Amino acid sequence: MSAVLPKHIPVVREASPGLWALAWRRLRGDRVGMVSLAVVVAFLAMMLASYAGILAKDWNKERGVSYANPAFLAGAENLEAKEVTHKDFGTQAKPVDLSDIDPLAPRYKEWEERAAKIAVTEVKRAETLPFGGDKWGRDVLEKAIKGSEVSIFVGLTAALFATIIGTVLGALAGYWGGRVNDFLEWFYNIFTSIPYILLILAFAAVFKKGLDTIIVILALTGWTGIYRLVRAEYIKHCGREYVKAAQAIGASHFSRMFVHILPNASHVILVQLSQHVVGFIKAEVILSFLGLGVPVDMVSWGTMLAEAQNELVIGKWWQLVAAGASMAFLVTAFSMLTDSLRDALDPKLK
Amino acid sequence: MAAYVIRRLWQMIPTLAGVILLIFFLFNWVGGDPAQVLAGKISNPEQIANIRKQLGVDQPYWYQLWVFVQQVFTFDFGRSWSTNEEVSKILLTRVGPTLTIMVPVLVIETMLAVAFAIMVAYVRGSLTDRTIMVICTTAMSISFLVYIIFAQWLFGFKLGWFPVQGWSESFSRNLLTYAPLPVMLAIFVGLAPQLRLYRSFFLEEINQDYVRTARAKGLPEKKVMMKHVLRNALIPILTNIGIYLPGLFVGSFLLEVFFSIPGLGREIVTAVNRSDFPVIKAVTVYLAMLTMFINLLVDVLYKLVDPRVSFK
Repeated sequence: MSAVLPKHIPVVREASPGLWALAWRRLRGDRVGMVSLAVVVAFLAMMLASYAGILAKDWNKERGVSYANPAFLAGAENLEAKEVTHKDFGTQAKPVDLSDIDPLAPRYKEWEERAAKIAVTEVKRAETLPFGGDKWGRDVLEKAIKGSEVSIFVGLTAALFATIIGTVLGALAGYWGGRVNDFLEWFYNIFTSIPYILLILAFAAVFKKGLDTIIVILALTGWTGIYRLVRAEYIKHCGREYVKAAQAIGASHFSRMFVHILPNASHVILVQLSQHVVGFIKAEVILSFLGLGVPVDMVSWGTMLAEAQNELVIGKWWQLVAAGASMAFLVTAFSMLTDSLRDALDPKLK
Repeated sequence: MAAYVIRRLWQMIPTLAGVILLIFFLFNWVGGDPAQVLAGKISNPEQIANIRKQLGVDQPYWYQLWVFVQQVFTFDFGRSWSTNEEVSKILLTRVGPTLTIMVPVLVIETMLAVAFAIMVAYVRGSLTDRTIMVICTTAMSISFLVYIIFAQWLFGFKLGWFPVQGWSESFSRNLLTYAPLPVMLAIFVGLAPQLRLYRSFFLEEINQDYVRTARAKGLPEKKVMMKHVLRNALIPILTNIGIYLPGLFVGSFLLEVFFSIPGLGREIVTAVNRSDFPVIKAVTVYLAMLTMFINLLVDVLYKLVDPRVSFK
């Protein structure tokens, strides 16, 4: 034996790219996907900035005249945009003299004197605002930014909770099968036999109104689609060799379900999450519009649209456009991102 | 076939029981004490006790559940808490207007969506296809609310082509005067998502081997598309329509709210705002039942469309 094998074969250890690295590579090659990702990230940044008080902090300040024109329409006639000042309240017609029977009459004089001592600073209201003002002279652009905070927050959290519920139940049903599956399928059948919108309204009827309630309602009613898909994934993966191998080395049920199988189903879950965010943003807008959503002291795209309905009749279109366009922009970007994500994560498709 | 239907009906019982339990849980347990809501702000304990007795909520839960089950099967949900109208009467009178809007919507929308989808799928990948898909995605992302507000303002208020809102006693007048604008809006908004979905159904069939075979044996394109592809794609389309059907009765509640159409959808929204539990409970239970029957009907229809389907 003269031919001596080299002791060390130099092993080229280049880590083979994983699912996520490959998906990211594919996504980066997708121009539409990257643009939509950028738009979505920009919206998220805007929402965070508004939450942190950097953007649109003074959205509630009444800085312009009522229904102030947008800056680019400064010259347009605007009958409703009359100055509302504190003086207006004093120049109202004198009420009928009731001093004979009014028990408070002797004190009016004193009160007037006292009121005169308090200096009222007149804030000069702007004639125009960058994108117009609403009934109280608030800047609709700032309102739309502030509104994005509620709409996006609700969409994201509700989708996250719905995904968690759907994933856990789907994993349980798909992994265990048998009785557990039967019970959860029964549960699924109950929820899906009631038309979706009716289910939301029924939940809305019994819960108190508020931001957290909307999230709870959307999460409790929206998990069914995710459950079905995750369950199917788990049924598919359960019999695979890698799961059997995990069992052989003593991995617990929990570990097999959530450490071994879950990453292999995660691409399905991520796409579903993304899809549900879009659906829930739309749902929040409609619920808030119906008055079943956010409380009156908050602003969301839905409450803006509710105001815009009456404004359009008197020709004030800017609030409708501000809320409608910001929502359409985000939702388009998010839907296209979802499509790109699906393509990137599942190359077999197409 | 008969055995299949009977077995399916048998399987509905646990689901229906679950629906009843869920609604009972929501309205009698989560919903809290309705007497507090109904008595209003100025109330004394005596009044509240009285109302509780009247509504039967002072009874133990098992008894309330029993009453609810009886209500479901006797179609007698008592009277509305806010208008004192009989619930069954409310439901019956509100179904008509909703269907007047939604049946034309379903028929026209399905025909348009199928026709457009087969055309777009035929020229897949072309500029036309891609343009239409982009338009669909964009159209879908604008809120339904924006469409309604804008169309009601433009066609109703500004141009005056249609009444801004309203409803009458006469069916023909409703259908010809009040329904067209809401119907058109619903079709316009519903078309984009359906077109996208049906296009994917058609694409799936177009790539099948039997299509190539049909072309290879020299069938004209028209026959390939209309006879082979269309018939096969009808199966998922039918399922999709089946999913939509129960929603038909809730109607598009937004349209009903905007156009003051006295339909079921608007009734539900009003009931939710007024905490009128009997109305919501009744609508939810019956629509759930209806959904189950429609699902069964769709499954039976499969057999007619597709002889390969067998009743297992």
